[in-house]
Order: sequence, then structure tokens, then C-alpha cells
Amino acid sequence: MADAEQHGSKQASGDKSWHGIVLQTLKRNEISLIPYVPDRVLTPLIKNLHADPFFTTFATAREEEAVGIVSGAWMGGRRGAVLMQTSGFATLANTLASLAVPYQIPLIMFVSERGTLGEFNYGQSLVCRTMRPVLDALALEHHTITRLDELEFIADRSIKQAVTTQAPVALILNPLLTGGKVFDK
Amino acid sequence: MNTGNTKVMNRFDVTSRLIAKLEHEEAVIGGIGNTNFDLWAAGHRPQNFYMLGSMGLAFPIALGVALAQPDRRVFALEGDGSLLMQLGALSTIAALKPKNLIMIVMDNGIYQITGAQPTPAAGVADLVAIALGSGLANSSWAADEEDFERLVDQAMSAEAPSLIALRIDDKPGVGTTRRDPVQIRERFMHGLGVREPL
Repeated sequence: MADAEQHGSKQASGDKSWHGIVLQTLKRNEISLIPYVPDRVLTPLIKNLHADPFFTTFATAREEEAVGIVSGAWMGGRRGAVLMQTSGFATLANTLASLAVPYQIPLIMFVSERGTLGEFNYGQSLVCRTMRPVLDALALEHHTITRLDELEFIADRSIKQAVTTQAPVALILNPLLTGGKVFDK
Repeated sequence: MNTGNTKVMNRFDVTSRLIAKLEHEEAVIGGIGNTNFDLWAAGHRPQNFYMLGSMGLAFPIALGVALAQPDRRVFALEGDGSLLMQLGALSTIAALKPKNLIMIVMDNGIYQITGAQPTPAAGVADLVAIALGSGLANSSWAADEEDFERLVDQAMSAEAPSLIALRIDDKPGVGTTRRDPVQIRERFMHGLGVREPL
């Protein structure tokens, strides 16, 4: 019974789902502090992070705050990553340009991509178009992940590059990977 | 504002009083501008971190350090204008309850470094009442220098995060922090025992 339950919960956490792969990749890279501002698409990831005692997972009031927290944690010897959606990334230009980039902090950001492939909210679609120009203007490494079979490679290598080159990285989770959000939800 | 009986103090003086109390390599995060100028002037320590921008993030950065090193006390020095930028951080800290985090708010009611314009809170909002309402039960105005020192002593052994607010004058910061962010970060990490110097 216990075995069956354990097996069941392992299945439920979805080792081969996009969020299961993200969770395992974070764990393998000893990233344990996960502040986030929520997003509908990120919900299963956030739920499973909360359920796993390896992680310290909590909501913040703004994305800037979450960046400050993981920056402080890095300097104190603990690794973290920030979860947010596209509109949250749009609030970060000052914090990236005055904290993460000049202090050379390996800030790892997972951004759930709204504003593309069936977006229904005009504000989301416009703000999405500001994201890559901001990343490029700051010469920040970023990857858009569309395929499940590429997710682990891109996430794992990007995290390792961020840590070893002491530079931020944005991993953009495209609707082709996550299913995105549709109008009736 | 419930600050009628609080003395107007001086930022450099109270910062120096705080630093003089530190005996266990406590971390101190200086906010943008005058709070970190006075932190620098009070005597550089490898456990000091100086912000060069990202206004309002002194408390979140300190929270990150506190979560990474739960056995070390972590102080953050923030101005009133900076705190207004990130009031939500107070609730985040209240929810996480890091007992090793001590927040100090230097309130002179103005954006001193940009020409002393009054903040929108000046004469209207009570920052300690906001902190209490955000869930930080251990929040107080310091009545005078002696009271500030007493509150710091209390916070050093508290079982919950503490916030101490002071009314300060409009004197500019005494020193000027060096402005090499990578050097600041590296020295801070050495000071926290995370890195060995080359």
C-alpha cells in the first residue's frame, strides 16, 4: 500500500512532465530557494515545489523582491531561482541593471511566456514584445524552451553556465512546452 | 503619526552605535544612498554589503542572506523613501519569520539624495504602524539613542524578525562608498565565509 502510494505520488509529480523535469533539474543543481510571483501555467510546478521539503518555496509581492532575495541568498552561500510570468519580467529592468548584472550574480529566472500563441489579453501581448529586447539590451543569456525533449539539456546547462560565469539567465517557458493559458480559463 | 515623543537622531551617530555593538560578524546590508554612505563611514567591515541601485531591495537582500545563513544575525539599513518602494517585502518577511533578520528604517521624511523632496508618506503615514499591519509584530519606533541601543540588544536575541524605526535629521551621509560592485560582492562573500580570498 505504502509502495503503491509512493509510486502513485511519483507518477503524479510527473517526472516526464515539463514541471517534473524543471523540479528535478533545480534539485540536481542544488537550487533550493524558490521565491515566485504566481502564474496559472506555473501552478503545477509551484504546487510540487511546495510539497517537496528540499525546497523553500514562497510567494513574494513583487518580482524585484524575489530577485533581491535570491541575490542575497547567493552571497550567503545558498542557490535560488525566481519564477514569474512575462509581465513580471517587465518590472525587472532596473533591478537587473543595478543589482544582478553589475554585481555579477547568477540569477536564474524561469519566465512563463504569456503574450504569444493564442494570447487573448492585449496588455500581455504587448508586454511580451518588450521582454527579449530588454534581455538583449542587457546582453543577458536567454533561451526560449519549446520542446520537452530539449528542456532538461537547456535548463541544466543554463544553470551551470549561470553559476560558473556568474551571470543571470532567463529560461522562457513557451506555450509549445507548457500548453500556455487559453481564453476560457 | 505616532512619533510625537521620539527624538530626531542622526543617521551616522546611530549607525556607529549599531556597528559598535556587533561582535559576531553580523551581516549589515546598507540601502541605496545615505544609509550605505554612513555604513561605510562607520568603518568598513567585510560583512557589510553596499547597494549601488535597486532602490527598496535592502530588506529583500538581507532576507536572502538571513535564509542562507540562519545562524548569523543580519541587519538591513533602509531609508523611508526606499521602504515605500517595496512595502510588500514587509509581509513576505512576516510570513517567513526569519528570527535572525533585523530591519532598521531611517525616516527623515524626505528623498534626501535627490534634493530633499518630501516623500508621499511624510507627515501622513506611520511606517511602524505599516510594519505592524504587515504582520511584523516586533516593530517599534526608537524614542532616543538609548532606546535604539536597547531595541538592538533585544533584537539580537529575539525569536522573530525585528523592525526598528528612527526619526533622523536631514544631515547628508558622512562618507562615500567605493563604487566597484564586484569588489563589494566578493569582499562581502569573503566576510560571510562563503569564499576564500584568492
